Amino acid sequence: MKPRRVAAVLLRQFYLMRASPTRLVPAFAWSAIDIVLWGFITRYLATLSDQGPVLALGLLGAVLLWNFFGRIMHGVTTAFFEDIWSRNLMNLFATPLAISEYVTGLVLTSLATGAIALSVMLALAAGAFGLSFAAYGLAFVPFLLILLLFGVGLGILASAIVLRLGPASEWLIWPIPALLSPFAAVFYPLSILPGWMQAIAHLLPPAYVFEGMRAIVAGQPFPLRTLAVAAALAIAQVLAAYAFFVYIHRGAVRSGLLARYSAESVG
Amino acid sequence: MSTVTADAAAAAQPVLEVTDLRKHYGTTVAVDGISFTVGRGEIVGLLGPNGAGKTTTINMVLGLLEPSAGTIRIDGVDLARQRSRALARCNFAAVYAALPGNLTVRQNLRWFGMIYDVPELTRRIDALLERLDLVRFADTRCGLLSSGEQSRVGLAKAMLNDPVLLLLDEPTASLDPATAEDLRGLIRGIADQGRGGILWTSHNMHEVQAVCDRVLFLADGRILLEGDPRTLPAEHGVGSLDALFIRLARRPLTEGTP
Repeated sequence: MKPRRVAAVLLRQFYLMRASPTRLVPAFAWSAIDIVLWGFITRYLATLSDQGPVLALGLLGAVLLWNFFGRIMHGVTTAFFEDIWSRNLMNLFATPLAISEYVTGLVLTSLATGAIALSVMLALAAGAFGLSFAAYGLAFVPFLLILLLFGVGLGILASAIVLRLGPASEWLIWPIPALLSPFAAVFYPLSILPGWMQAIAHLLPPAYVFEGMRAIVAGQPFPLRTLAVAAALAIAQVLAAYAFFVYIHRGAVRSGLLARYSAESVG
Repeated sequence: MSTVTADAAAAAQPVLEVTDLRKHYGTTVAVDGISFTVGRGEIVGLLGPNGAGKTTTINMVLGLLEPSAGTIRIDGVDLARQRSRALARCNFAAVYAALPGNLTVRQNLRWFGMIYDVPELTRRIDALLERLDLVRFADTRCGLLSSGEQSRVGLAKAMLNDPVLLLLDEPTASLDPATAEDLRGLIRGIADQGRGGILWTSHNMHEVQAVCDRVLFLADGRILLEGDPRTLPAEHGVGSLDALFIRLARRPLTEGTP
């Protein structure tokens, strides 16, 4: 892997954002709105019972982490879509750029935009609502890393789907975080879900993260085993998603889909 | 082997060596076992009617399409086995592959230059902007340029890595006659340096006759005819390359070559 080629992919995205700062707005706007909305909800809930402050921290933490995952996932897909929108796949894949270099560039772009979103959310949660995530202690870091990996994996998978199904399939990708959220048990314990949903939830690293987060807020010990399972799942999913992208790309090269990838839908 | 002998061997090696190349989609045959070479200092015209297999061939050479059979070697490097190494020696420009319109000319050249790992990139970009009369557009977004200007930017991108194999798919299609003439001179100059070779497709037979050292006529995925574009028409009893093209394009394959 040549770092200069990875840097080229990253530089291209930087040029786009510098030329059109509106591209950066989605990176933090929706997350900021969610933090404000849930900040007031939790402030209201805090007035209802003695458990209010604990509940508030749990809910706002969940909102922040879930938004972070969504930003990471969409960070990867949006960077990929830039090449779809500008019909650049032919120029790109006729170069010495390896798939691993390209995907690494997309992921680094996503990390940069995800970091901006996270900073805005943390600043808002602390500044406007006086909530400190220090309560989670060091556990906050592995929580973030696991969600980051899951977001990366899902972003790569989603990009592969659009590469295979064509630009028109983009609409399938945007609602993925919303579709997953009931299974990820972001705002409630896993035990609330019916059995079949719990079975699906156990395949999703975020479900373990949010269970772990609730355990810490409730004063229980650090859920090391839960997080280890989540981390292993997330790593496996990133590797599987990358293998899927490579498989789809090879298929596109074999079938000719890549060379004629400019139609609205390539079926 | 001495250094001199090794250099001589490298110089004699074709920049593109296509052997028994085939591409089929199910029962449809797009390219049917073609073999050809492009030598150093040579401009080879790839001609043929629409659907003859020209773009399919170019896409396979660019690694965008996997052949069903056959081999492609770029500067001696097998494309199937060493894709990145082979493509680092190659570049292309095509009217249907414009660079991202939301980046400026300089930005596009910079990030593509980094992908091709071009040394002294800033100097190389400045030289190409000068050479292709693009200096005044350097900080203009590509999407705002005329199609002719975009073609020149595409050519600048194609020349970034000083490729030994340059693939040009109708490079003058959007250019006015004066700019097209300048460009033909520029490309001829590149070939005459003798370091690399060029594979050129065009439907403009006068241009082909003026620029190409050799042409390959493709029809139904096969090479029907090969030779010097200046002597081929007379050899086949027609008055011009245009007339030969029309005759070949309208002739059913089963009748064989003229």
